[in-house]
Amino acid sequence: MATGTAAWLPFARAAAIGWMPVASCPMPLAPRDNSKKKDELIMLNVSGRRFQTWRTTLDRYPDTLLGSSEKDFFYNEEAKEYFFDRDPDVFRSILNFYRTGKLHYPRQECISAYDEELTFFGIIPEIIGDCCYEEYKDRKRENLERLQDDQEDNKDMKLPNMTIRETMWRAFENPHTSTMALVFYYVTGFFIAISVITNVVETVPCGATPHHKNMPCGERYTVAFFCMDTACVMIFTVEYLLRLFAAPSRYRFMRSVMSIIDVVAILPYYIGLVMSNNEDVSGAFVTLRVFRVFRIFKFSRHSQGLRILGYTLKSCASELGFLLFSLTMAIIIFATVMFYAEKGSSSSKFTSIPASFWYTIVTMTTLGYGDMVPKTIAGKIFGSICSLSGVLVIALPVPVIVSNFSRIYHQNQRADKRRAQKKTRQARIRIAKSGSANAFLASKHHGLLNELLELTGTEEDEQKLIRNTSLLESQHHHLLHCLEKTTAHEFVDEHMFEQNCLEEALQSYPSRSPSVSSQGSCTICCCGSRSTSRNTALHIQSSQLAVHPSSRSNLNLRAEDGSRVNCKGGQVTTAIISLPSPPSLAPHREGRHHPHHPTTTTIRPSHRGEHPRSPRASRPPQAPHPPASSRCPPSDRSLSVDRNF
Amino acid sequence: MLSVIWETEGLQTVGIVLLVFASIKLLHMLGLISFSEDSIEDELELSTVRHRPEGLEQLEAQTRFSRKELQILYRGFKNECPSGVVNEDTFKEIYAQFFPQGDASTYAHFLFNAFDTDHNGSLSFEDFVMGLSILLRGTVQEKLNWAFNLYDINKDGYITKEEMLDIMKAIYDMMGKCTYPVLKEETPRQHVEVFFQKMDKNKDGVVTIDEFIDCCQNDENIMRSMHIFENVL
Repeated sequence: MATGTAAWLPFARAAAIGWMPVASCPMPLAPRDNSKKKDELIMLNVSGRRFQTWRTTLDRYPDTLLGSSEKDFFYNEEAKEYFFDRDPDVFRSILNFYRTGKLHYPRQECISAYDEELTFFGIIPEIIGDCCYEEYKDRKRENLERLQDDQEDNKDMKLPNMTIRETMWRAFENPHTSTMALVFYYVTGFFIAISVITNVVETVPCGATPHHKNMPCGERYTVAFFCMDTACVMIFTVEYLLRLFAAPSRYRFMRSVMSIIDVVAILPYYIGLVMSNNEDVSGAFVTLRVFRVFRIFKFSRHSQGLRILGYTLKSCASELGFLLFSLTMAIIIFATVMFYAEKGSSSSKFTSIPASFWYTIVTMTTLGYGDMVPKTIAGKIFGSICSLSGVLVIALPVPVIVSNFSRIYHQNQRADKRRAQKKTRQARIRIAKSGSANAFLASKHHGLLNELLELTGTEEDEQKLIRNTSLLESQHHHLLHCLEKTTAHEFVDEHMFEQNCLEEALQSYPSRSPSVSSQGSCTICCCGSRSTSRNTALHIQSSQLAVHPSSRSNLNLRAEDGSRVNCKGGQVTTAIISLPSPPSLAPHREGRHHPHHPTTTTIRPSHRGEHPRSPRASRPPQAPHPPASSRCPPSDRSLSVDRNF
Repeated sequence: MLSVIWETEGLQTVGIVLLVFASIKLLHMLGLISFSEDSIEDELELSTVRHRPEGLEQLEAQTRFSRKELQILYRGFKNECPSGVVNEDTFKEIYAQFFPQGDASTYAHFLFNAFDTDHNGSLSFEDFVMGLSILLRGTVQEKLNWAFNLYDINKDGYITKEEMLDIMKAIYDMMGKCTYPVLKEETPRQHVEVFFQKMDKNKDGVVTIDEFIDCCQNDENIMRSMHIFENVL
């Protein structure tokens, strides 16, 4: 019930006394209002701005946050007020909803921010008042289109494992995805242009030859033009057949406008081939040649502006229809009037009403060729009225079409701009995100380094390395650490991971050992997981390991690779290497370590070539742990192992 | 020969006459000429309908509501009708919201007339609060008086069968179509008959105020139902 009626309910109930004397049955008892709470003022503190209202105002809508007991969660005991940490400007319109029963949409607010606030306070947007509902819906639709545009761009990303058909279709639809597609695009565009120019030049008079009069070029150089035409039609036919083959839904493709244009463009040629030089049908054949001009519409695949124009005309169909209808009406009226007005005058060109149509059209569109002019005074009066009204009738629907075109065009421009900015935006976002991941990795190094230093014992070094990470950060890092421990895998940064993946792939090729299949699967799952999520791609970082010449250790390594379940695995080993400064130390140490444990069945990281990289998240694989069981506590054990050296 | 000349001349005249009329019409439409003088004054009327009630003390004295109750009532009233008065259409709309199934407009009309004691076509806060005071805090006598006033459509002191029939039809209209048992055409009429049999003591076809009050006071059901809405506010 609306607010007003809540206020008028006591009145309606009181007025029911009017029914009592005529009632046929005794009345039921009225419900007792036991909660005789006095109406009190409630203080709502929204981000520092205080709003006050009666409790009953808020109780009008019991299924929203403020009207139900849900607001008790936000009650602040000390200040005896309800505190909401939300936007106070939007809260104004929300509170007004309670007061007046009408929800208004403030035009200067962002639509998604407003939506969020509505959701938070439990108000459905459908009750926005009529005054603001249209604006709300328009903005929401725009926003949705914008988001859709962004999502559609993701289609450009190449999915792995696309069939040839899908690749071809993608190449046809988005020419900038591969060079082949681009070449194809330009070649077809070139041939369309050639074909159109040929059609045009065919009709130009070429100059007199000795035995014939001035004849058009087409008839003079018949063979050349025929060859040119054949070549173009060949190309178009091939293109059409390829598109037909690649289309995901052939039936839908065949019904689409572009394919119909394609067919219409090439059909006259074939019909011409099939038909003989029969005199009767050659007239029809000549007509068919007109359709060759439709080839120019094939350019609309190449030009976005043309497509927008076509789309605009389609969306303004009703305005165009109205324009046509009103023009027709006006033409008929004025043609009739002019005919009768000019009937009296001698030698008038207005011989019939349809003949006057021509005059009316020319006058209404303010062309005024002057081949037909009225001679009587009445005719001139009506002629002037005709031209004045023509201007009005045509000028009225045109701005609607123009504004439609402008809106669609700007939308497209925006989409293009967004696409162009997208790359830089995403790069920046990625840097920001990886910053936090790097923070974790960096803190890990420092943490481990801390532990090591605790054992080696220099106080100053320890304190130097205690970073002042905030509590939030340290808790976040702890969480990530717990995840690492849970899964017995580690976080590494992107470069490392890509490197590892590549190297695994490379390494799997030269070996013909029986475990090659498992490695193959390793690489596949390795690269597959890369494309899905970066964070969970965990790979042992031991990029500083030197490639060992000993084939024995290699073989062992491969066998161990095969034993890996996930193509990933690893353990944190020494933290000594984590200091960026002495990377040169690490490889040697690991190099030395490795031959010492050739037969361990631990999960080992794969070999790496030497890659001098500065912030190495390096974990040389050391600790000999049995693979299946305890993988978890590496650091202390590895430390102890290292100490033995 | 002559007829041809006349034809053309005739057509020319027709054309000129048409042109003149069309241009006058166009200018009138564009508002440059006006034919009647009273079009300007229409615009001033709507802006002056605003009403401020008498002071709180006066209303307190005139009605049986406490200060707080008057405050609450006024707040609700003013919220719904910011201009301070309710006209009949708004009143019908508001009342119709309580009875979504049927058509409450006829009964609302009668109700409006009953509340609008000074018959000026609009319900001010004083009218509203006076009516409520009688209905909620008045004696049984006053309530019955009020009910009689409601039924007596032409306020002549007598309730005729036609008046009663109108009221009854209005009440049954509020029920709407979907009732159980199904509403029949003659149900209101039958109800009116029953009412008149009970109330019209001297069988003269009309019910006077005394007959009405007498009869109601003797009827237990009616007496009890008068007290139902006492704690509405």
